[in-house]
Amino acid sequence: MKTLTKDPLNLIIAGVGGQGNVVISLLVGKAFIREGYFVTIGETYGASQRSGSVMSHLRISQENQYSPFIPNGRADIILGMEPVETLRILQQFGNSDVITIANSRLIHAAGMEYPSLDEIIEAIKGLSAKSWLINATDEAVKLGDPIFANMILIGALVGSGIFPIDSKSMESVLRESFPGEKLETNMVAFTKGMELVAR
Amino acid sequence: MSGVGIDAPGSTQLFIGNEAIARGALEAGIGVASAYPGTPSTEIMESLIPVAKEMNFYAEWSVNEKVALEVAAGASFAGIRAITSMKQNGVNVASDFLANLVMSGIGAGLVLVSCDDPSAISSSNEQDMRNIAKWLDIPLLEPATFQEAKDMTKWAFDLAEELNSICMIRSVTRIAHARGNVTLGELPKKEQKAHFDSICPVVPTLPKFIPYPSAWLHSQLHAKLDKAQELFESSPFNWYTGPEEAELLIITGGSCWLYSLEAVNALKLESKVGILKLGTIWPLPRKLIETHLGKSQKILMVEEIDPFLEGSIKELVADLPPASPHPAFYGKRSGHINAYGELNPDLVIGAIAKIMGLAYQPRDPEYSKKAEEVPFTYMPPRIMTFCPGCPHRATFWAIKNALRLDGRDGFVTGDIGCYSMAIGPAGYFQERTMYCMGAGAGVANGLGKLGQFGFSQPVLAVCGDSTFFHATIPALINGIYNKSNFTLVILDNNATAMTGFQPHPGTGVTGMGETTTTVDMEALCRSLGLQVDVCDPFDLENSTATLLKAIAQDGGPRVVIMRRECELVRGRRDKKPPYKVHVDPDKCLGEACGCDRLCTRVFGCPGIVWDNESGKATIDETICTGCGLCADICPQGAIIREAV
Repeated sequence: MKTLTKDPLNLIIAGVGGQGNVVISLLVGKAFIREGYFVTIGETYGASQRSGSVMSHLRISQENQYSPFIPNGRADIILGMEPVETLRILQQFGNSDVITIANSRLIHAAGMEYPSLDEIIEAIKGLSAKSWLINATDEAVKLGDPIFANMILIGALVGSGIFPIDSKSMESVLRESFPGEKLETNMVAFTKGMELVAR
Repeated sequence: MSGVGIDAPGSTQLFIGNEAIARGALEAGIGVASAYPGTPSTEIMESLIPVAKEMNFYAEWSVNEKVALEVAAGASFAGIRAITSMKQNGVNVASDFLANLVMSGIGAGLVLVSCDDPSAISSSNEQDMRNIAKWLDIPLLEPATFQEAKDMTKWAFDLAEELNSICMIRSVTRIAHARGNVTLGELPKKEQKAHFDSICPVVPTLPKFIPYPSAWLHSQLHAKLDKAQELFESSPFNWYTGPEEAELLIITGGSCWLYSLEAVNALKLESKVGILKLGTIWPLPRKLIETHLGKSQKILMVEEIDPFLEGSIKELVADLPPASPHPAFYGKRSGHINAYGELNPDLVIGAIAKIMGLAYQPRDPEYSKKAEEVPFTYMPPRIMTFCPGCPHRATFWAIKNALRLDGRDGFVTGDIGCYSMAIGPAGYFQERTMYCMGAGAGVANGLGKLGQFGFSQPVLAVCGDSTFFHATIPALINGIYNKSNFTLVILDNNATAMTGFQPHPGTGVTGMGETTTTVDMEALCRSLGLQVDVCDPFDLENSTATLLKAIAQDGGPRVVIMRRECELVRGRRDKKPPYKVHVDPDKCLGEACGCDRLCTRVFGCPGIVWDNESGKATIDETICTGCGLCADICPQGAIIREAV
């Protein structure tokens, strides 16, 4: 178990209902639990799943079980599955040290007007001490299904070097979590995510 | 064995609270589990079902919560430990049986789990079910962590047997659906034998499972609670942390304990503020609380929804001798803690800071200023909507058009399920009442009898297929019997979709996945002498015409079944869309059309997007499920569907 640079380490995964927040948070959480950390994950479930804004709060500690709510302004890392949701989370939970990794592909809310993607990305960068914006959805579509964006983002999180979990630990969680045929593409997506932030 | 049944004592798993509760029930050696799905309780049964066969216990999705509790009680009466789980509203449904069950006592350990939903995140109310424990005299425990959720559930069975009373576990969304460390215990491996023995051990001439003589049993019940209180005084689920003399004492329990800990840490008040954490919530460990009341002149009650601890502890203080300490109380009554909605660390930080006169700044003010300057228009809100390809969107489109064509100001009385979203833009604001399971048809019964007062608006009651079996049937029969004038529209998507596609009596499959008799709702309605029409909601023309015809009729109830499988179920099975859909940019006239963006602004499927650059509609292929319904909406025929 690596000593955390900050305890608890607060990670928020932000997205749109149906994108797969719960899956990402569970996979990342499992990697920490296996190394002996306390992990708490807070999710948005139920009605909000239907295309609403969703977020998962992950709290990692060597000492305590924390509550499933990260206090306002206290996120350390934000993993955004969608840019507008990333910005929404930054506004409430961001701070001068927050690091952001986000999918740059917009998901439009029905009937809503949007600013340009460039403006949204500028705002994300402006509120992040460090940020990576990657088009995980387009990369995932190349692999056959937009759902692989999740694995690309996990790859990016691990590949960015800001996370106390290495690729070997994460890969072994993935191997246990996906059945045979699905594993291969997920591993390709994971590696792709690592490459996208390494460049 | 995997999931909650993993046979690895001592190992640490990452369980949601509901899984932890399920695991606790397994470690207690349950033989029967029953439930009706409801957020945030559903995953207790969802995690028990996959291990039931292998671990040799019986699990079922019951038709409603009252039956679920009765199923569990039946098992208990025959000496088999049983658990039943439900959301807070479900406890209301079960409460008639529950209020009588507490009078008689039980056989083997019987535990009722109520998962409450502070802030009503997935509910129509935020009832606090701790109150029912006080109201009906039921011992109640509330876990503060995931580990406790398991440990308490396991112990609740022993407690139930020791007290000869059903016991309750109260959980809330942030325990039920949050995930954390759970270290596992042993799984019992003993054979169980069921036998019904109804001889009362105290008075052999009295029946054991009948609440009679009631007044005498009521006094016995109070004795059980006194015994529970004695046990709770030394319970390991209650403890104090903090200084011997505190400037402020927090009394809390459940999810609020972690918020309180974090708040005290964030304000760096560990040496000044003490926390008394309670896990045995009813009856309260009175002596333990009295001991701690002297620790501080100021007491803050941190709890979610109602001032339950606050009220109960104030009652307790009123009974203390005059010379006892009478500290100042802070909480919901003083306005320091919200008397509604869920709490979080920030709200508790705010309450403590206010009492202690402290300032709290979570982040650099410069950053806050910059964050607040991001224009609101950069983050359009996401309003809940039906999933892409959802048959309910089509049904409400047809209902909207049928009611408009009818022209008599008709309206929809609604019910609980995915289709509740029809109170908003997702279903074109069609649902005008929405209360509880079965209330759509129930309320329609009353409205349908107002002809003598000049009422002529058509009434459409909607319900889902699972809701139909749960609570609509009695309302429908009432309508037949009393000749109430309404149309019942059953939105049959062949699943309890809102909570995760659980089977129900109309699906032909049991909770444990066995094939069973399909209760045919259409045949059932016909057997009641009703006129029944069945439509595919995606056939908008026929659906609208059929609804219009039903609305136009007079007399007793008639039924229209809108039948199409939930798109999420279909999509997972078929793994490919029925159509490939695209917008022909030559045919889409954009703003010049005059339809005022009917597809994106009104129809509102998330798969159709307005492209600002071209000024036309386009399909987001990563969202679209290829149902093709929008092709029938576009007045220009610009949305093209091609069979895959």
